[in-house]
Amino acid sequence: MRIRLEPRPEPSRLAGWLSPLAAAAATLVVGFLLFSALGKNPWQAFHVFFVKPVATLYGLGELLLKAGPLMLCAVGLAAGYRANVWNIGAEGQLTMGAIFGGGVALAFHDSTSPLVLPAMIVAGALGGMAWAAVPAFLRTRFNANEILVSLMLVYVATYTLSLLVHGPWRDPEGFNFPQSKLFNDVALLPNLLPETRLNRGFLLALAAIAAGWVFMSKSLVGYQMRVAGLAPAAANYAGISATRTVWFGMLAGGACAGLAGVNEIAGPLGQLQPSVSPGYGFAAIIVAFVGRLHPLGILFASLLMSLLYLGGESAQMGLALPSAVTGLFQGALLFFLLASDVFINYRLRVLRSPRSPSASGRSPLPRAGR
Amino acid sequence: MDHIAELLVLTLAAGTPLVFAALGELVTEKSGVLNLGVEGMMLVGAVAAFAVAATTRNPWLGVAAGMLAGAALSLVFAVITLSLMANQVASGLALSLFGVGLSAFVGLPYVSIVIDGLKPLSISGLSDLPLVGKLLFGHNPLVYLSFLLFVAIQWFLYRTRPGLVVRAVGESPQSAHAIGYPVVRIRYLAVLFGGACSGLGGAYLAVAYTPLWVEGMTAGRGWIALALVVFATWKPWRVLAGAYLFGGVTLAQFQAQALGVEMPSQVLSMLPYLATIVVLALISRDAITIRLNAPASLGKPFHPGS
Amino acid sequence: MPDAVVPRLRLSGIIKAYPSVVANDGIDLDVLPGEIHAVLGENGAGKSTLMKIIYGVIKPDAGTIQWNGKPVSVANPARARKLGIGMVFQHFSLFETLTVAENIALALDPGRTGSDLPARIRQVSEKYGLPLDPDRHVHSMSVGERQRVEIVRCLLQDPQLLIMDEPTSVLTPQAVEKLFETLRRLAAEGCSILYISHKLDEIRALCHRATVLRGGQVTGECDPRHESAAALARMMIGGDLPHPRHREAKVAGDGALVVAHLTLPADDPFGTSLHDVNLAVRAGEIVGIAGVSGNGQKELMAALSGECPQGDRGAVVINGTPAGRLDAAQRRALGLAFVPEERLGRGAVPEMSLAENALLTAYRQGLVAHGFVRAEAVRDYAAATIAEYKVKAGGPGAAARSLSGGNLQKYIVGREIRQRPKVLIAAQPTWGVDVGAAAQIRQALLDLRDAGVAVLVVSEELDELFEICDRLAVIAQGRLSEPLPTAGTNAAQIGMLMSGSFIAPGAHSERQFSPAGAIDAD
Repeated sequence: MRIRLEPRPEPSRLAGWLSPLAAAAATLVVGFLLFSALGKNPWQAFHVFFVKPVATLYGLGELLLKAGPLMLCAVGLAAGYRANVWNIGAEGQLTMGAIFGGGVALAFHDSTSPLVLPAMIVAGALGGMAWAAVPAFLRTRFNANEILVSLMLVYVATYTLSLLVHGPWRDPEGFNFPQSKLFNDVALLPNLLPETRLNRGFLLALAAIAAGWVFMSKSLVGYQMRVAGLAPAAANYAGISATRTVWFGMLAGGACAGLAGVNEIAGPLGQLQPSVSPGYGFAAIIVAFVGRLHPLGILFASLLMSLLYLGGESAQMGLALPSAVTGLFQGALLFFLLASDVFINYRLRVLRSPRSPSASGRSPLPRAGR
Repeated sequence: MDHIAELLVLTLAAGTPLVFAALGELVTEKSGVLNLGVEGMMLVGAVAAFAVAATTRNPWLGVAAGMLAGAALSLVFAVITLSLMANQVASGLALSLFGVGLSAFVGLPYVSIVIDGLKPLSISGLSDLPLVGKLLFGHNPLVYLSFLLFVAIQWFLYRTRPGLVVRAVGESPQSAHAIGYPVVRIRYLAVLFGGACSGLGGAYLAVAYTPLWVEGMTAGRGWIALALVVFATWKPWRVLAGAYLFGGVTLAQFQAQALGVEMPSQVLSMLPYLATIVVLALISRDAITIRLNAPASLGKPFHPGS
Repeated sequence: MPDAVVPRLRLSGIIKAYPSVVANDGIDLDVLPGEIHAVLGENGAGKSTLMKIIYGVIKPDAGTIQWNGKPVSVANPARARKLGIGMVFQHFSLFETLTVAENIALALDPGRTGSDLPARIRQVSEKYGLPLDPDRHVHSMSVGERQRVEIVRCLLQDPQLLIMDEPTSVLTPQAVEKLFETLRRLAAEGCSILYISHKLDEIRALCHRATVLRGGQVTGECDPRHESAAALARMMIGGDLPHPRHREAKVAGDGALVVAHLTLPADDPFGTSLHDVNLAVRAGEIVGIAGVSGNGQKELMAALSGECPQGDRGAVVINGTPAGRLDAAQRRALGLAFVPEERLGRGAVPEMSLAENALLTAYRQGLVAHGFVRAEAVRDYAAATIAEYKVKAGGPGAAARSLSGGNLQKYIVGREIRQRPKVLIAAQPTWGVDVGAAAQIRQALLDLRDAGVAVLVVSEELDELFEICDRLAVIAQGRLSEPLPTAGTNAAQIGMLMSGSFIAPGAHSERQFSPAGAIDAD
């Protein structure tokens, strides 16, 4: 008996839907085994990791609070990934968005104008776009690989933020802690759900999801970017500009990540700190894939990823498990997704004996001569 | 004069993790496979090496463990991309993210531990010779290993038949398959070799360069190694040159302070990453050279049936 | 031939099935020693699959192979080579950045590659009239020269059976004659030859026996020297060869498509530069460009279609508008349509449906409003194309890659023609397409020309060009010859032009970079 992977004549849509679920399930199984191996009661660990964090209204608010930036970043990234534009630097673009937005907040620190917040949001988006423009430019003009450039810029952005909060933007009354002044109220996002930390930035994330869906499935440009990702020669043949595709893909990711950055500092953080994100930009890459690069899928994948974040924190407190377990789950989830994605284009065939004609016992196949 | 020799030794030491990782990735890419998971494999190698070295009190066992860990992680990547035909870019990213998370998790108990790492050689008499002493005889044993690795890879790729086959597979897997070479098996071996080398690079960091373990201690060196392979246009001696160049830039942080240059430390820390971007842009714009030297099938999945 | 002669190769009941088609359905085949045996069939009949089974690349699902009377199992190409089987592939299996000697060494057993290999290469290649320089890099060689490497590679292993898969599509008529001489000589020395082709005239001129395949089965066996082309065609396609309906050309105007002094250095180091190409295609005529592949056709197509818009504004003029710098979409807006050489991956996106592929170039046909796609209009357009061009597909929602080559090509041709272009360019329009679809496509081109459209066809099949073109030009080494009226020329004359006889001496082509240049063996 031999097992073989054989290409399907047509990609399986069912497998396309089931694959993320299978990956999630496999990750849970791994979690189960991991908890057991670490000497914890797996069912209890499960409860602490996956159920307890969202058992209260506050917990639900936290779930949505963390899902927001994931959604924003992932939608922007997905637009690019579909076109084979591999923006890996969302974390850096998020940081830049925070810097730009925070800069506006600090510049108008004494103002009470209601325009401050919108200005911050715009500045954040622009900051993210500016940071994403570098890999776009280097790819279109110099053919430099955007994966490496955008990633290098993450480090540069982090150091830049560090420089600012240790230096010129440090709060003079902050006891020498590396952080900026606390933003005053006009620079903060209003609350969305009382008794929780959820703020109106979440609406921005939902709007991005909706806009992304309309763009990708209904617009001509969205279609053209898909073509560019699936068959670059066909895109060229159709007159779809490769340059425009790269710029659009990168800037979309940068703008969305920048918005996420502003959401963080105008939301739960309320100021600039050396770290403004627990790795949202990287987690968003996973969210984009698990969500099949589709806005609706991204919505659900963001919730799952957010749960993994909360679970990690909860496990740290309730199980004395390191929060690094979150990163482990995230990586495992992506791996399982890639593995189960195989079944979209291939299927398993069990061959009963090594050399019998496989036509035996099956319905007659069409003859050659198409 | 001695100061210059000292500087050169430090530069070589700083560039060595890049040498290991980039040479390994070069072999992988020569066979046509793009493995973006170098950062993850280096970290996994580092944590494995440190853990084993701390537990067994034998740094060499740690180095071996680091190589095995890197190879094991690359095996996962190989299965997913070579047997299951998944997208190489996405899988490599997954590998990196997973490796970062896994190493952070496994390394927790070892964070403040101190071990007796591998120290630079100090042969009485030889190492004390002026200028030449340190330069020839004062390196860390793993640095000497990296020289050997370079020679071995250069010889293997360009003077042996198996090396020719690897290059052929990277150039045109369909042709190699039609002639009858086991393309998938050859690529598996190339990926495993690259993984072992990346693990070795991480092991060097954790057991020789700075004998300690910190989460994320490679600080992006895996990604820089990937850029190095492009910068070197897939030629081993250029990998060496580039790695030491970057080693020098990394050292600049410390040397600048010593020289009294007034610059915020963050700016100095940014330098290696900015340098990578500049170097990448400059070399990539020469599309013709890239086309001539890059393995033609790099990153493209291979379907034996077609 | 007396029955006592043991066949060199005997296939019995070979079956090979794939998920959607049975490629080989119980095939029997005998090849005698020293015989040149043709395997004849149209595209998709199962010839390539059968050859891959003989060479050990694929394993059959059922059936036996006998070699010199003894049953064997050809597990892989190395085993086939040990038995004495050599194969010259249709799409060469060479490594461009390596030298001739390295390429040949890779295909030989390690035991047979010594330091005397370059000398042996020179010796064998001279002996059979296919001279080669062992130290040249393959990428600097023309397609015909590369085929020599493939052949010499086989000859160095003293083959008893040589399989040649469609060898003449890359050769000029004169080079084809030279090849035939070599093959006849090999056969006289006792080597059997399996000659795969769909070109009836060549088979009748060269081969001793022919086995005809259709739909994966053997439909006939004969001596082609004693059969007419019509009889062979009937065995091959089960009917008569269709002949297109011609009308007299009604030419109008000076040129809907004018190419003037087009000179373009190749940006791919392995490509061909174009030198001073001049051509005018007028409304109501079909102009053909003949040529052996690798002489600049790809570059010329890209320059005309807009996929490679460099150079002079005035180098390409469409309907009076200088279009040299415009991209493909802008040229479409001027009335240009293009059917590219590659169906999957360029003419259509394989993973997308036929409807989505309609949007690829036909978006100006009312399929888009305010930047948004009108899904219904797209489906209707695709459905109408499918119906009008008799495309066998599962509907507008079928994935492009699920169609056969012929049907997908019909769809692409239909998609372009239904946009009512003023100029249509078609590159290799019937390559890899079954006979029925090919006839349909050629008729569509003729009908288009009768409707007053300027049509430019680039093809490597001379027969096709003679069948449908009003005027014929030849491209060689990146240069274009003066177009001649088709009625006033013949294959021999065109063949002379294809080998570059019209190029002034001294104006030789340089490859974009020199072999001594940027690649170091390092």
